[in-house]
Amino acid sequence: MIYYDKVSKIYPDKSVALDEVSFGVEPKEFVTIVGHSGAGKTTLIKLLIAEDYATGGAVFFESSNVRLLNKKQISKLRRRIGTVFQDYRLIPNKTVYENIAFAMEAAGRNDKEVAADVPHVLELVNLSNKIWNFPQELSGGERQRVAIARAIVNQPDIVIADEPTGNLDPVNTYEIIRILQKINELGTTVLLTTHNKGVVDSIKGRVITMEKGKVIRDDREGKYVL
Amino acid sequence: MIFTTFKRIARTGFVNFWRNGFLSFAAIVVITLSLCIFGSLIMGTAYGRSLLADVKDKVDINVYFTLSTPEYDIMQLQRDIKNLPEVANTSYTSRDQALASFKDKWQDNALIMQGLQEIGDNPFPASINIKAKEPGQYGGIADYLQSRNPLDATGTPIISKINYRENKLVIDRLSKIIPAVEKAGTILAIIFVIVAIIVVWNTIRLIIFTARDEISVMKLVGASNTYVRGPFVISGIMYGVFSGIITLVLMGAFANWSDTLVLKLYGVAVASDFSMLVNISSTYFSQNFAQIFLVIMGAGIALGGFSSYVAARRYLKV
Repeated sequence: MIYYDKVSKIYPDKSVALDEVSFGVEPKEFVTIVGHSGAGKTTLIKLLIAEDYATGGAVFFESSNVRLLNKKQISKLRRRIGTVFQDYRLIPNKTVYENIAFAMEAAGRNDKEVAADVPHVLELVNLSNKIWNFPQELSGGERQRVAIARAIVNQPDIVIADEPTGNLDPVNTYEIIRILQKINELGTTVLLTTHNKGVVDSIKGRVITMEKGKVIRDDREGKYVL
Repeated sequence: MIFTTFKRIARTGFVNFWRNGFLSFAAIVVITLSLCIFGSLIMGTAYGRSLLADVKDKVDINVYFTLSTPEYDIMQLQRDIKNLPEVANTSYTSRDQALASFKDKWQDNALIMQGLQEIGDNPFPASINIKAKEPGQYGGIADYLQSRNPLDATGTPIISKINYRENKLVIDRLSKIIPAVEKAGTILAIIFVIVAIIVVWNTIRLIIFTARDEISVMKLVGASNTYVRGPFVISGIMYGVFSGIITLVLMGAFANWSDTLVLKLYGVAVASDFSMLVNISSTYFSQNFAQIFLVIMGAGIALGGFSSYVAARRYLKV
């Protein structure tokens, strides 16, 4: 489904974010990428959603080389990938409903679908009572759940969660992980980056360990070893 | 689908306009100030043109003929003068008309009227009043008249006097001042317009800069450039529309107020001396409202909409 083929990313200041990284992700997998800050986890995600481009190698989503996609194709690719960020990245002047509806509208879904699916997905993340609140009226955990709802509302092929628990307390952290696991159980591929040992050990799935821009371990049922 | 997309873009633009109340207010204030500059240029140009036209209208030369010149010779000369390319118009005043006009003017002054009676005969010469197209052309016309000066049956030149020399100083000054004022006005207008555009452009850029994260999020969830940029353009157009309405109201109010002020300050003297200048602002505003409306609203919408369109582009590269 996703394949990183000898991917390198060297920034103009010569710092190396990724150094010939290669690995693949199969459909319905739950893959956790672990590593210290600066290991290259977020860069991997940015390359997949075409937020940045590799300086070497290629990133494939299904059979498409992400680097070669045009603007329209990039928009379409992003609609097939639900992304959850550490800093939530909700639109501040839109309500919870509007934030989620925006992703559906951007994907060209009609008003009836939007009206039906947004409350449904909010129910899944247990936020039905906050539907008309603005992001600044929510706690960190609630905001992240809205971000997850937005990521899954278009029923994407894969959900990418980039350090989704980085700003959360333990209770909210495990709530978010539980939701991601539930999404995976329903058939969606999940790619999670984290440096939280407890989270990694509790998932009991495939773990890719990165250090200084390189993959140093790829374990089918791995643990946090750094 | 296109209709649905447009409806959503428009709705989001409207909602953002109201929700970002302070930013919208700031943008409206800045665009209104810029449109007021446009407005003042429009009114100032109208006022200036009217003033210059009035002054130009007051500049002329008169050709006076000897008392014995037959009217036929004067008419012949008037036709020749009319054919000169620099002449705008001419008007002939016969001796009888000159006398009647004098009597009419001084009818209440017994002393002058008595003196006129004592002279007995009509002492006023016939004359031709000449208006040139431009003040700078009077010198050429005067030279032409002096060289052309026809002779009557007795061999005497029929032109007794051309008052160009008396008016020369005023005419020469106006010939220099008027083009300079027009040139300076144009340069000032261009500078003001450029400054206004830069100020509005930077304000809109600042507003969109505050929304750059929002734009990147929209892009990352798969929204197309049109879908992201559209609401900003709609909000920009709304800034322009509101600013345009406010500017037109201010212009209308100012036009009426300034006319009232001129009359209050200078009283009826202005009305009689400079009849063209009285009520010029309000008259110009009401007579040209459709054009002013189009210019102000068009400039507002273009400034707001186009600035938003261009400013948002920078942050779409995600």
